[in-house]
Amino acid sequence: MKTRSLLSKIAGVCMAASAALGMTAAQADTIKVGVLHSLSGTMAISETTLKDTILMLIEEQNRKGGLLGKQLEAVVVDPASNWPLFAERSRELLQRHNVDVVFGCWTSVSRKAVLPVFEELNGLLFYPVQYEGEESSRNVIYTGAAPNQQAIPAVDYLMNDMGIERWVLAGTDYVYPRTTNRILEAYLKSKGVKDEDIMINYTPFGHSDWQSIVSDIKRFGSAGKPTAVVSTINGDANVPFYNELSNQQVSAEDIPVVAFSVGEEELSGIDARNLVGHLSAWNYFMSIESDQNAEFIKNWHAFIGDTNRVTNDPMEAHYIGFNLWAQAVEKAGTTDVDKVRSALYGLEVPNLTGGTATLLPNHHITKPVFIGEIRADGQYDVVWQTDGEVPGDAWSSYLPGSKDIKADWVELECGNYNTKTKKCAGQNY
Amino acid sequence: MNSIVARLPQTGSIIALLCYLMWPMSVHAESGAHADNGGVAESFAQEERVQEANHDDFPALLAELATASFPRKVALVNELQLRGWPGVRDALAGLLEGDLYYQQDDADTVRVYVVSAQGDAVTLFDPVTQQILERDAMTGLRRITTNNPLRRNLRGAVARFDLQDASPAVRRDAVAELRRGLDDATIALLRAQQAHETHRGVARDIDVALALHDLEDADVAVRLAALEVLSGELGNDVYNRVQRLLATDASGEPLEPDAAVRQMAGRAIERIEQRRSFFGFLETLFFGLSFGSVLVLAAIGLAITFGVMGVINMAHGELIMIGAYTSYVVQLLMPNQIGVAILVAVPAAFMVSGLVGVLIERGVVRFLYGRPLETLLATFGISLILQQLVRTIFSPLNRQVQTPDWMSGLLRFNDVFAITYNRLYVLIFMFIVFALLWLVMHRTSLGLKVRAVSQNRAMARAMGVRSDRIDALTFGLGSGIAGVAGVALSLLTNVGPNMGQAYIIDSFMVVVFGGVGNLWGTLIGGLSLGLGTKLVEPHVGAVMAKILMLVFIILFIQKRKQGLFPQKGRSAEGH
Repeated sequence: MKTRSLLSKIAGVCMAASAALGMTAAQADTIKVGVLHSLSGTMAISETTLKDTILMLIEEQNRKGGLLGKQLEAVVVDPASNWPLFAERSRELLQRHNVDVVFGCWTSVSRKAVLPVFEELNGLLFYPVQYEGEESSRNVIYTGAAPNQQAIPAVDYLMNDMGIERWVLAGTDYVYPRTTNRILEAYLKSKGVKDEDIMINYTPFGHSDWQSIVSDIKRFGSAGKPTAVVSTINGDANVPFYNELSNQQVSAEDIPVVAFSVGEEELSGIDARNLVGHLSAWNYFMSIESDQNAEFIKNWHAFIGDTNRVTNDPMEAHYIGFNLWAQAVEKAGTTDVDKVRSALYGLEVPNLTGGTATLLPNHHITKPVFIGEIRADGQYDVVWQTDGEVPGDAWSSYLPGSKDIKADWVELECGNYNTKTKKCAGQNY
Repeated sequence: MNSIVARLPQTGSIIALLCYLMWPMSVHAESGAHADNGGVAESFAQEERVQEANHDDFPALLAELATASFPRKVALVNELQLRGWPGVRDALAGLLEGDLYYQQDDADTVRVYVVSAQGDAVTLFDPVTQQILERDAMTGLRRITTNNPLRRNLRGAVARFDLQDASPAVRRDAVAELRRGLDDATIALLRAQQAHETHRGVARDIDVALALHDLEDADVAVRLAALEVLSGELGNDVYNRVQRLLATDASGEPLEPDAAVRQMAGRAIERIEQRRSFFGFLETLFFGLSFGSVLVLAAIGLAITFGVMGVINMAHGELIMIGAYTSYVVQLLMPNQIGVAILVAVPAAFMVSGLVGVLIERGVVRFLYGRPLETLLATFGISLILQQLVRTIFSPLNRQVQTPDWMSGLLRFNDVFAITYNRLYVLIFMFIVFALLWLVMHRTSLGLKVRAVSQNRAMARAMGVRSDRIDALTFGLGSGIAGVAGVALSLLTNVGPNMGQAYIIDSFMVVVFGGVGNLWGTLIGGLSLGLGTKLVEPHVGAVMAKILMLVFIILFIQKRKQGLFPQKGRSAEGH
């Protein structure tokens, strides 16, 4: 309390001083929030929305009086979907602009690119997208889903509720699908699925000619056993993939596709009438009814000035991440990264689906898992959900290499502690 | 949905009549026997609960359906389909299409309606009273949700009603649907229909369905007769079912006791596999041609600007993108006629992209003739500017170009061979564009001048050809063709600011492979690259196929520096 009152005094003095000194001082005395999302290039399609989300959250927070009596100021940079540029831009944010926190990145490869920078300069990054796991950095808070919060429950649903026996694991050829499919393959085999009932297929980024692959999937699915496609196909390639599915008349009732990268935003570029019944697994859907969600959607529409814009899962992750950070700053009474980090552990904030998100010692959060079926209007009907929130698991228990590894930044102060050898493996992630 | 309500006034009474006709037949079918129609193992507990519920009135069943859990809904649908009330089919079909809504009033009474909305006017059809109500808003109405297992069940349920439909096509679809879940009740239904079926195609389909069921018969003669019926079939269910006759149990003993049946089944499998591999090959050929047609379409504009004029135009992909956005905009302007919009978009895209092309040529490229490196950099810059321009105007999100109905779906030749309409149309469209372009280049005075300027600029000028005007027009022509390609591609893939990037490399590859300056080279080059890719793709995967294609081109260019169709004679010296 003492520090708090002292701080507010200091803030008061600063505000008085800034009023006296005019604009320059006022600008100097803000809390700077870095926004590291691509606004051009291939990833702009997904990341621009997240930049807008953070700007909206900052605006709301400022309307409520900011944090610690200071206004928040967004520092937006454009890493242009260029992975090395992500590292440069994050260095610029941390060193030149001295930002107190960064919200950013989408692809795993961009996150891997900025990791060394954040660890060297002790920054704090909130990463809002579902990813492959196998990582827990001291300087990153993962507000998106780990595989056990998206992929594994989705496969469970297909296996137990839909009786699926044959599996197509289709993905874009990069780190997230490869790791996720490795985990899924190990998981399926542990459940007694045979080799010949698993088909794995990788395609290049932006693949647009899906004729032979869809035809292969059809053939694979016609062996008399219920078949499903687990899709980690990323970004633009989804539109031609789904178009080809509907053209070749592969219906969701015959071979359902459950996707981990397709949400409301991606569907807004596709005619969803032919996709009715295909599935997505997320921790949030726009159609979920709750007071927080209704308000979030209302605010989003007001902020963006277009009532046709949709909300999606990574936006919710930013909402949770931003509120976690704001609460931690209030609690710590400072924006100092180490103090905010210790304040973060165990914090709880409401999520948009009527539950709470808790920050775990492994830098992941608790999330409910929903399976939704695509509706004709591009929204989802939730057909299944977990009983409560699932804690995020940084290291998968289904991969031989990561089974014994544990991340705990509170007691062990380590992101990859080996429980067998009782050693922390040196590097921070 | 629209179709249902549109049909209601005329055919409502017919459907009601059919439902009454169904009634005696349905009584034979035992309640709950249809449960595995969807292939979902329904637990006995659920079947029991249905019997417990034992609603005898339609409104009560519908009311429960409105808010029940998904497994319970499946049970309720199975219950409903056996009842002969008029309006059951409408309700089930409405639920299948996602048009069944319910409304709860203050007294907690639930009413269920089939809803269709057109603009602001909402039409409600009450399946119980068969009345049509008009509303001006959807307020208070909540949609009854469905999921995949439920929809699968519903298809089976609706098919039972459709088996009596007046149209043979509808009846065939119904039989095909019922073939997915052949239980005793369905077989009884099919046998009853077979007795008075007049249409030969439908009768044949029912025969196949019954034969599939007869393979389980205890009598060897019946099994042999069934195999005889199935001998001409290619369908997956037939293949899988016959294959099961050849299976062996754990100790290696065949499951099928009779040797004659096994032998006949073996022959049937062999024949099906042969025909399958033949049609599989045809399918791969079509995939290859269709992929090739996309490559040709993307490259053919470049064959003019790069091939004929020698301008390395890195903004070529963006001209394709502009064409695709033009088709998006035209569709926005004509929201009710998407089919016509696509046709209008073709000349519109030609004009827009062509105009942009002329501007690029007049504004930038003409100052850089003879300086290929600078041209490359300048046009690359233009491509980035165009991308960001589109991103600013249309947002970075992908835009949706709707495919008209006549362009979606499958052209089905038989059970194992079908080609998609949109790919077929794009293939035909590519040939039309190629033919027109060839005619322009070889049968018009513009084409003559273009060729003259590209072969010997100085001589052409000496003959009175205004070479700078021809340059602009040629560049515009190539760009316009790129725009036209964009319209076709907008129906196949994403319309977004980056779409051009995906095609620029492929386009250059096709033009270089085919031979710079030769339209035929582009056609043959594109189609053969497409075929090659699709032939190797099933064996090595899409990633490797792309790599192999690039490696092949590198090796090919080493051997034949001028591509497939090198320019010969004096014109070649100009380059």
